[in-house]
Amino acid sequence: MSKNKSEYLINRHDNQYEVVIGLEVHAQVTSESKLFSTSATKFGAEPNTQVSLVDAAFPGMLPVINEYCVKQAIKTGIGLKAKINKRSVFDRKNYFYADLPQGYQISQFKDPIVGEGKVILDMPDGQKEVGIERLHLEQDAGKSIHDLDPKNTFVDLNRSGVALMEIVSKPDLRSPDEVNAYIKKLRSIMRYLGTCDGNMQEGSLRADVNVSVRKKGSKEFGTRCEIKNVNSIKFMQMAIEYEANRQVDLIEDGQTIDQETRLFDTKKNETRSMRSKEDAHDYRYFPDPDLLPLEISDDFIENLKSEIPELPDEKKKRFIEKFKLSPYEANILVSDIETSNYFENVIKKSDVKLATNWIIGELFAALNEKNLEITESPISAGNLSKLINLIKDGTISGKIAKTVFEQMMKGDKDPQKIVEEKGLKQESDPKALEALIDKVIDDNRDKATEYKSGKVKLFGFFVGQVMKVSGGKANPQLVNEILKKKL
Amino acid sequence: MSDITKQSLSELVENIKGKKLSSSEVTKAFVERSEKSKELNAYITEDYANALNKAKKFDEKPNLDLKLPGIPMAVKDLFCTKDLRTTAGSKILNNFVPTYESTVTQNIWNEGAILIGKLNCDEFAMGSSNETSFFGNVQNPIDKNLVPGGSSGGSSSAVAAQLTPITIGTDTGGSIRQPASFTGTVGLKPTYGSCSRYGIVAFASSLDQAGPMAQNVKDCALLQEIISTYDEKDSTSIDFKRNVYSKELTKDIKGKKIGIPKEYRVDGMPKEIEDLWKKGIEYAKDCGAEIIDISLPHTNYALPTYYIVAPAEASSNLARYDGVKYGFRAEGENLIDMYEKTRSEGFGAEVQRRIMIGTYVLSSGYYDAYYLKAQKVRKLIKNDFDDAYKKVDAILTPSTPSSAFKIGEKTNDPVSMYLNDIFTVPVNLAGLPGISIPAGHDAKGYPLGLQIIGKAFDEQNILNIAYAMEEKINFKNNITDWWIK
Repeated sequence: MSKNKSEYLINRHDNQYEVVIGLEVHAQVTSESKLFSTSATKFGAEPNTQVSLVDAAFPGMLPVINEYCVKQAIKTGIGLKAKINKRSVFDRKNYFYADLPQGYQISQFKDPIVGEGKVILDMPDGQKEVGIERLHLEQDAGKSIHDLDPKNTFVDLNRSGVALMEIVSKPDLRSPDEVNAYIKKLRSIMRYLGTCDGNMQEGSLRADVNVSVRKKGSKEFGTRCEIKNVNSIKFMQMAIEYEANRQVDLIEDGQTIDQETRLFDTKKNETRSMRSKEDAHDYRYFPDPDLLPLEISDDFIENLKSEIPELPDEKKKRFIEKFKLSPYEANILVSDIETSNYFENVIKKSDVKLATNWIIGELFAALNEKNLEITESPISAGNLSKLINLIKDGTISGKIAKTVFEQMMKGDKDPQKIVEEKGLKQESDPKALEALIDKVIDDNRDKATEYKSGKVKLFGFFVGQVMKVSGGKANPQLVNEILKKKL
Repeated sequence: MSDITKQSLSELVENIKGKKLSSSEVTKAFVERSEKSKELNAYITEDYANALNKAKKFDEKPNLDLKLPGIPMAVKDLFCTKDLRTTAGSKILNNFVPTYESTVTQNIWNEGAILIGKLNCDEFAMGSSNETSFFGNVQNPIDKNLVPGGSSGGSSSAVAAQLTPITIGTDTGGSIRQPASFTGTVGLKPTYGSCSRYGIVAFASSLDQAGPMAQNVKDCALLQEIISTYDEKDSTSIDFKRNVYSKELTKDIKGKKIGIPKEYRVDGMPKEIEDLWKKGIEYAKDCGAEIIDISLPHTNYALPTYYIVAPAEASSNLARYDGVKYGFRAEGENLIDMYEKTRSEGFGAEVQRRIMIGTYVLSSGYYDAYYLKAQKVRKLIKNDFDDAYKKVDAILTPSTPSSAFKIGEKTNDPVSMYLNDIFTVPVNLAGLPGISIPAGHDAKGYPLGLQIIGKAFDEQNILNIAYAMEEKINFKNNITDWWIK
């Protein structure tokens, strides 16, 4: 039964329902300029300051493909172990909206740049493979701002024409947890590749979520609903939970599910109908006559393959094999490129086991507490490495190390200096320790007598006293040895 | 010099270079004649004062090494011109002033020419008579109340009436060659990808091509070598080796094989067109060309194919005129209402008709039957030409199935209007170069044109054939200046 430990089922009366989920992720391509123009793409710029004549669709303006964005899409395709299509076509998706200046979005419909691929998820009960249906390039639209004026809508075209990758999964996901793992893995792969920063707050990563339910064991898919434009993993999970339960309730009630597009209301935590299948737009897709089909040579693809860094799955394998990490530890350390880089920098000059424990334990806890990313860590990899070496060579004890660590978190200081400045160096000189221990025994004559008469539990008391007197600096191992002799 | 405007472009260039004329004298002459010719309605926007200033500046420091030194020129109002209103003949762009210049016009100004105004055209280049323009129809200088053809009707009228020594038009289905034929002038539609589309208001992107319109073949060749450049800003621009067309122009076409496609003998073609074609064949033979009968079997399907492809692309290209960003906006209750009012009031009937046709043929459920099928047929039409060009160097046909017609004669019969493009449309569908040269008159004394179609990128060859035939034909345009009081 362990295999089904994390199985996500909805129970109603005597029926068990399985949830089937597919995601269309919109990932903003990391690129200085837009997909078909040279305008900048920087986040947070003043409205309408990053808009070219092409982005604003002035008469006679023509799109010119940004080769860098094409490379980024292909790299992502390689990262998804997907088929790269040597010929792809840009189509126009026609619809009217105030923040869509051309009156169409340039996208890829029939012939996307990337075909089928896969993503491996590490779930608590083992690995799960999620199929990728396709990845295509498309333009983002601008932004309509409705709440600045009671009567008018404002339009900001800074995003208009920004390159997006739409990554469509197969309907292989079965629970909110899997969705969480999928998004995180996708994000991780793209961040490794440098093709999308995955910043969900800034809208670099959003998803349309397709949800359907079916009775457990059924092979047929149920009717699906698409929940549009959800911009956080938490909201995706909440939306799926709500939507799946809504669909189950309908079925249990003897009703049918309408295929429709729905919106997730984050305040009310519910999905509601946006438009039905009948009202679905007819986008009148056709190949954009302003752009030639995109033809990519084998050499072009091979060159990009040579630029692909080690990706999380391979890195994890290497960490387990080479550094003897547990799968759990490896998963945590490879989950994002910055963490794995940090880890590898630390272990360049220090013990792997200690480094693993200190990063996953102390460092993550401390960063979490301060709400910092690993890239913002006050402790550099080099200094953490020094701290670990101070423990390893016995200069300081693990306990003192925690004090030093806390000090380091307040600003990136060299642990060696902290140890010296504060005199935290471990006392490992047997003579000095003997003198200390002699004094402690002398001061506690009665307890020493008790110990000798068989009250062995008092040994701990003596260790504590020695440590106290030494200000925690005494080498615990040596203290043990000498105490045993002296008592 | 009272006869300045009667000079050809080549003569004017020679006279300015030889310092016999100044740019100011030439510009003034064309401005004055244009001012006297308002009844032709060839201009949408005049820029005379600026032009005269520019001419004065040119004369102060003349650069006589340029190819168009201080030559005044009016251009079709489909080319975006920096700081000068560009309307595309439409109310929806009535107030639109570009901040940028089209590549083709920039090339012209770079050679020293001076803009004197923007010429009338059918709205968004959709029409064959210049009657769909928001700015009113244009008179053909050949005769009162005669259409100048379309969509480059202002251009053909202005060149024939010598309001500008030369001009440029755009040709999506015949919009340079048909008006050239109707006005006794020369018009070249270059190979698709020869002239950049950057900055030209788009009608149908896969068919649109800019080209020169002139009084003779030599002028036409000179302007073509100036406007045809590879342009990275247009992804469909083609980087091929371009000739210096005017320099390499020759009348020696001995041994050239010229094909006569039997499918162009369409039902109901007037006898005078048939006769003109026969005459053309004789002229070509006189020039030493070899005449070969050929077949272009899918010719019949060209017009319906065109009237699917062109409106489909247009319906999407014109979506940007929505009242949101620039151009005309009608007030509405909400966004949708604003769209509907803006586009209903901003676009004329023909443009609306084509947007509706285009929207229909791209709709789901109809896409395969219309748009996709049309694309397949388009390929077949192109294959026809490819096969023919295994046997011949060029193809000779009439330019139009009739001479110019009266204003209002066909406005209520769009299909009859569309039939005007029957000989020119296949050339656009195949992306080939085609030139129309004046070759005779009909019974009413109206000009008739012959079309020479070339292989892709083979503009030099059709210019040479046209140049040789031009001499044999020795056409004289009969312009009486009837509109000048």
